Amino acid sequence: MNRPDTLVWLASHELRLSWRDWLSLMTAGRRTRARTVTVALIVFAALMHLLAYSMVGAYAGALPDKATLVTVTGCILLSWSLLLSQAMESVTRAFYARSDLDLILASPVSARKVFSIRIARIGLSVALIAMLLAAPFIDVLAWLGGARWLAAYGVVAAMGALAAALAVALTVALFRTIGAKRTRLVAQIVAAVIGASCVIGLQVVAILSYGSLSRFAPLQSEWLIEHSPDIASAFWWPARAVLGDSLALLAVMAVSLTVLGASIAIFSVRFGDHVMAAAGISGTVVRQNRASQGFRRRSAARALRHKEWTLLRRDPWLVSQTLMQMLYLLPPALMLWISFRHNSSALVVLVPVVVMAAGQLAGGLAWLSISGEDAPDLVATAPITARRIILAKIEAVMGTVALVFAPLIGALALASPVAALVASGGVLIAAAASTQIQLCFRVQARRSQFRRRQTSSRIATFAEAFSSIAWAATAALAAAGTWFALFPAVIAIGILGGVRLISPKP
Amino acid sequence: MLQHNFPFGLEVSGLSKQFDRPAVEGLDLRVSAGEFYMLVGPNGAGKTTTLKMVSGLLKPDTGAISIFGTDALADPIAAKQITGWLSDEPMIYDKLTPFEYLEFVAGLWRIDAATAEARARELIRWLGLEPHAHERCEGFSKGMRQKVALAGALVHDPKLIILDEPLTGLDAGSARQVKNVLKERVRAGGTVIMTTHILEVAERMADRIGVIAHGRLIAEGTLDELRKKSGLQTGNSATSLEDTFLTLVAEPMAPPVAAE
Repeated sequence: MNRPDTLVWLASHELRLSWRDWLSLMTAGRRTRARTVTVALIVFAALMHLLAYSMVGAYAGALPDKATLVTVTGCILLSWSLLLSQAMESVTRAFYARSDLDLILASPVSARKVFSIRIARIGLSVALIAMLLAAPFIDVLAWLGGARWLAAYGVVAAMGALAAALAVALTVALFRTIGAKRTRLVAQIVAAVIGASCVIGLQVVAILSYGSLSRFAPLQSEWLIEHSPDIASAFWWPARAVLGDSLALLAVMAVSLTVLGASIAIFSVRFGDHVMAAAGISGTVVRQNRASQGFRRRSAARALRHKEWTLLRRDPWLVSQTLMQMLYLLPPALMLWISFRHNSSALVVLVPVVVMAAGQLAGGLAWLSISGEDAPDLVATAPITARRIILAKIEAVMGTVALVFAPLIGALALASPVAALVASGGVLIAAAASTQIQLCFRVQARRSQFRRRQTSSRIATFAEAFSSIAWAATAALAAAGTWFALFPAVIAIGILGGVRLISPKP
Repeated sequence: MLQHNFPFGLEVSGLSKQFDRPAVEGLDLRVSAGEFYMLVGPNGAGKTTTLKMVSGLLKPDTGAISIFGTDALADPIAAKQITGWLSDEPMIYDKLTPFEYLEFVAGLWRIDAATAEARARELIRWLGLEPHAHERCEGFSKGMRQKVALAGALVHDPKLIILDEPLTGLDAGSARQVKNVLKERVRAGGTVIMTTHILEVAERMADRIGVIAHGRLIAEGTLDELRKKSGLQTGNSATSLEDTFLTLVAEPMAPPVAAE
């Protein structure tokens, strides 16, 4: 055993915690699931390799010409924005999650050492996740195009380290600028916006320039290739490293590790102060000023609906988490605007996007309302039937979905009433289906555990996603006026039937 | 003052519940209307399971539960209408204020808004929550949260109040406020059944005490009656409930594990 209070000792403690977190995340806390999870991971990895083969197999022989360098650099930037988003999430969690911090800060161990290790852990975990996700693509390219592609693993690790370094700097900057209270919310929104902005930005450029939703179209444009830096520029080092240039790989890794080291050296000193400041915000008093101070007459169902809406409205973090997926509606909204100016035939493309988003939003809201009930005993001991309670909660979910999507469908109706009609039907059905899935897999949890909902039941998560996709396909085909719409509808109904069959009985 | 047409606020007979092992086994219990009944017992004795079954949070495997003459298993809605429940872990909504929380509870119990508001204001005053009535509960201490939850359990003026370790984690001041409110409710004719590990509280507050171990009621009565049953000297104030309790539960309890 290493001597306590050394960096190695602390690092081994952090690694053990990370490993157990990951294990718990994969097995949802049930050790007996380990074998099932292993088999599922192997199958998933095989499927991902197949998918990667179909996507990048043709590029295995790529050479470092300018067009290739532009495309690879674009992909690196896209992935890096997602890594930065993930790293910001992790840094924010490190600031606000109490867990063992009280113990550590109360101990005679140097806080600087502890936070140096914690920042390094964030870098390592971001890099590992990135390498795992990139592995199928790198493996396929290395298998078809030679071992030179394995250098891409080094680039991915370097990107993770760089993302962690910048995430720490950004979060600390937010802390100093807007204070501990607002940083939690703002940092998470900034993280999500960074994650989405590159993807959405490229889509917006694609729509404006090519009338296509493909985010790779701008990366292969003549204009971009012409206006990019010279082929000998250091700007292309990461792309060259991916393509197997050892010198470029060494340079990229050296730069990113130096930046991470500098970030650790600079920020670990003040990290402890920020963590303590974050701990102080739980005592903040928020007063509610009501126009009328008296009780209002409400039925039990109305009281429940009102409670759900109030809790959602007053929790900006939850609102940001649930509505963040709405960011992805920006590109189709832009397409709507462009199509509205010229013709309405392209509007069919919008219908599935709206339906898919509604299904996903409803799933999140249904979890909050049904599983994330913070006073389950109170509601269960109230003189109201369980059926009426569930019904009131479903009404709260559907009401919110209607509120969010009504303006978009209203705008759609101006351009194409038929598409709007199909979209509104699709929104309702997809939202109802997601709510039903959450009902089948309901568990008792705290609202604050919202982000972990997807790990508590992976079947529910996948069922919700596939159901939304199937209803989106149904809506798209129905909007196009073809009877083929019945096929995905049957699949969606089959998913619901399957969910009812395999869901745990109450 | 609450008027009762039934002699018993709570009647439980042959109540059983099994999880991995039997938690409650053939429990019979009667709490008179207007009585303060305290249920004590070692950890895992079945106290919480019993109260959860009475309040409708758990379904018993066998047995019958009657609350002021209402069959709680056949007509749970009617039984819940006259029952209030409070657990040791205050479950309230962080983003609501105590005032809004009580308004929500009043809505669930379909209490007239004006009546509920008057009761809520009174409870908030009694429990010393007035300065915080319009602050969100998210920054509240455990004691304050427990007081908000207690106000929620009382705002619909239940005939039977069921409390599971309501004093756990409360400071002396908060505990006294909660005890005063409960005593007041009993004086006004309310019926209370409560579990506690603080035997001193049971000794001071309860009209009768039930001792439960291994899911069975092993003794019941006033403190003097329990002393008598335990074989300890009656009329001796030096013989505390703690001595009595330990003597009563000593026999059914398994010998302690050496490591503990």
